[in-house]
Amino acid sequence: MSAPVLDVRSLSVEFESTLGTIHAVRDLSFSIGEGETLALVGESGSGKSTAAMALLRLIPNPPGRISSGAVLLAGRDLTALSEADLRGVRGREMAMIFQDPMMALNPVYTIERQIGEVLRLHLGLSKSEILAEVVELLRLVGVPAPEERARQYPHNLSGGMRQRVMIAMALACRPRLLIADEPTTALDVTVQAQVLDLIHGLKEKFGMAVLLITHDLGIVAETANRVVVMYAGRKVEEGTVGEIFADPRHPYTRGLLGAAKWEEADGDLLREIPGTVPSPFEMPSGCSFAPRCAEAIPLCRSAMPELKDVAPGRPVRCFLAEGRGHG
Amino acid sequence: MRRLATFWLRYRRNRGAVAGALALAVILALALLGPILYPTDPFDMVGRPFSLPFDRFPLGTDVAGRDILAGILNGGRVSLLIGVLASLSATIIGVALGAVAGYYGGRIDDLLMRTTEFFLCIPSFVLAVVLVAIFQPSVVTVTVAIAVVSWPSVARLARGEFIAHRDREYVQGCRAIGMPDWEIILLQIMPNALPPIIVVSSLMVATAILTESGLSFLGLGDPNLVSWGYMIGVARTVLRTAWWMAAIPGVMILLTVLAINLVGEGLNDALNPRLRKR
Repeated sequence: MSAPVLDVRSLSVEFESTLGTIHAVRDLSFSIGEGETLALVGESGSGKSTAAMALLRLIPNPPGRISSGAVLLAGRDLTALSEADLRGVRGREMAMIFQDPMMALNPVYTIERQIGEVLRLHLGLSKSEILAEVVELLRLVGVPAPEERARQYPHNLSGGMRQRVMIAMALACRPRLLIADEPTTALDVTVQAQVLDLIHGLKEKFGMAVLLITHDLGIVAETANRVVVMYAGRKVEEGTVGEIFADPRHPYTRGLLGAAKWEEADGDLLREIPGTVPSPFEMPSGCSFAPRCAEAIPLCRSAMPELKDVAPGRPVRCFLAEGRGHG
Repeated sequence: MRRLATFWLRYRRNRGAVAGALALAVILALALLGPILYPTDPFDMVGRPFSLPFDRFPLGTDVAGRDILAGILNGGRVSLLIGVLASLSATIIGVALGAVAGYYGGRIDDLLMRTTEFFLCIPSFVLAVVLVAIFQPSVVTVTVAIAVVSWPSVARLARGEFIAHRDREYVQGCRAIGMPDWEIILLQIMPNALPPIIVVSSLMVATAILTESGLSFLGLGDPNLVSWGYMIGVARTVLRTAWWMAAIPGVMILLTVLAINLVGEGLNDALNPRLRKR
């Protein structure tokens, strides 16, 4: 593989609060190549959305800030850019699709105007060019009757249509990287598959890199190439989809897979990971997953394990990872 | 166009608001056209003082023999002009400061809001009196003084609206496509934040008219122009012998303020999203 499109190096994000500093993302590193889909997986509160926002430097500051690390997009460090230069990157080289398409469009403007904003800001197209391009984009994302839809307001569109509009907006400038933050969580199951297929097809067509943020392992299995599992702000395991699903080494990954595969299990019981993500103010002294881990040994409660390669490109943050073969 | 139609449909449901709009239209027409159709100079001594209404002059004459109807018509211009201009400027100042404070938060917010609170804790009428007294009464100083004492409430409201909107996903989305802050504030959040602000600033016109009347009553109005407050001030000394002299401009103020308040209520019903489903 050539140089990665996105290279995130030891990214840390902190939030100041009255109760103390919250380390929402700690020392997170990953990279995505051209045409590759990387899934960032974890429960609510694991820091995956924060990490995505930090890539575009959209963390509200104050209270949040990127405390260390670098985000290299095609070799350029975004954390070092000025606000003005950054605006040239946002929407043009790196675009984002949000979780809830109901909320992500401005209710007072037409679809044409909203998709047109991107084209106006970055490509400086004229009014008639914008209309033509908007219709073309809507057609590209499979919106029927695009000329008509372009003139409508967000409330005239269904959730799936709105998410298509969001995708059209994100793709308007053919970005190198598309960040999709739980793009289908707010949609009906039937529409979910359509939207995922659309993202996948467009990725193939334009050779984009895609960062898919999700907690749904079913989606991961269908669309991603590689997976980064996050827990309490840290990466705990990384690998290709095949490796993660066939040979999960971290007990948290195993728990997630167990919870996802409950339908296939022999009983009807929903297998879950006991407990919840620890509060950022009460992080355990050792491994942050230790309190919920059935396999924890005394060492886990006193020291935080480092990421260690169990195989090339397979870092796992667990003391017992190596001994845990196919299980 | 369709938005205007739905707005009217909602507005129409409040009968008081329709009556208010009608009354306001009549008052506006009187103020705009009256002095042209009835071109008596309100400062001219046209007849004997204390002439009764419906006698030689439609509404009689005041203590100096000046035509009261001419005063009402010309005074209406002044009162409405000052009321509208003052609340418009107060709205612009308030929205600008509130928007910046709410959108950016942090230290800018602290600075702007402490300033706003400073203005809020001084009794506004007293401050207006002081300002006009310092800068010589004229239409401009009275308007500015009323604007200066009125903007803080708008600023607080605008700030609240901007805080509610700044972290919405559509705003995040605008940031994510590289839109500059001023565009997000002016073109994206503003149209969404405006309805409650319109309601408050329409009601502020009524308060501004009352403040102006109060200032003129105290002799702090523009000395070259008649206003309703000034007429009441002149009639004050003869309240027991010629009560109508104060009552006529008083009723005009009452009607105007009432009409504006009714219109404001109607706007609130029509624009407030929380009441839309009613």
